[in-house]
Amino acid sequence: MPEFKPKTVFTPKTVYVTYIAATPEKVWQALTDPAFTRQYFGAFDVDVEPRTGGAFFLRYPDGRVHISGKVVDWGPPRRFACTWLVEGVENFGDLPECLVTYEIEPAGKSVRLTMTEAHSWDIPQAVLAGGQSGWPAILSGLKSVLETGKPLSIEMKPPEGFMDAVRKVIAEKPWLR
Amino acid sequence: MNEPAAGKPKFIYVTYIRTTADKLWAALTEPEFTRRFWFDTTQESEWRPGSSWRLMAPDGRVADAGQVLEADPPRRLVLTWRHEISPEMKAEGFSRLTYLLEQQGDTVKLTLTHEAPASKSKFLDSVSDGWPVILASLKSLMETGEPLDATRKWPEGM
Repeated sequence: MPEFKPKTVFTPKTVYVTYIAATPEKVWQALTDPAFTRQYFGAFDVDVEPRTGGAFFLRYPDGRVHISGKVVDWGPPRRFACTWLVEGVENFGDLPECLVTYEIEPAGKSVRLTMTEAHSWDIPQAVLAGGQSGWPAILSGLKSVLETGKPLSIEMKPPEGFMDAVRKVIAEKPWLR
Repeated sequence: MNEPAAGKPKFIYVTYIRTTADKLWAALTEPEFTRRFWFDTTQESEWRPGSSWRLMAPDGRVADAGQVLEADPPRRLVLTWRHEISPEMKAEGFSRLTYLLEQQGDTVKLTLTHEAPASKSKFLDSVSDGWPVILASLKSLMETGEPLDATRKWPEGM
């Protein structure tokens, strides 16, 4: 099978690091098993083909697609990377796909989890702010689920100016320039 | 996340902890808590605007020191902060640390902002590396009663 290679060059823009009292295998499961993601990832079910080049989705509880993408790196239990296209919100699917990479490293009796969100274009800070406000809530929730068995109840809302900033770039499409 | 700001760079980190703002404030300021999630260090301060503030290594050395600029328990604490052990980082001068605690239901959103003392800062690189494990350990301590193993002891050779 040919190795899946993204044609696009992605530059890391947002990095979030946390440490979790769990095994790498348990953190891997929390990232790739819908029974876990629905507890901490905005109620979405992950649906991933377990191979590099496979399909990746985050689905609403009714099965509709919120995020779609391709698995760029399937390396249990250390590295999971996939492209993301937001299909579930207005015209967000017009945005270029981004690349989300999780790295899982043993750190003593715990695990260091690093999430990197990378983009192929000069994305404005006001658009990046969406992920920058979401990831801490999502990954704090993941840590709570693994360490306490209980999800957090965090009210998630887009940061001020985010929706307008996204509409503006969708209208202007600066990545085509 | 390190964000280039006009002038001095800063490290911003957000975490959500299932606790109350009062308990989190106590955990951030009282030595019997900080020792447990912050590499066995203790802090000394009266936590009032103008008070001095010190972070002591387990062997009694002053690792970091500064002044309390603002203290609005249990919501907002602002400190000046200079590293005291490494001469190189001490020479960078005073950084500025802000803790913002926002109660949201049964969870507290903790936002930490550490502003570098200078536009190029080895100190900021060092704390950017340290804060995620310290704050992850704080979250574990508040939610499970146990900190992370990684932050129990002062790092050897420091």
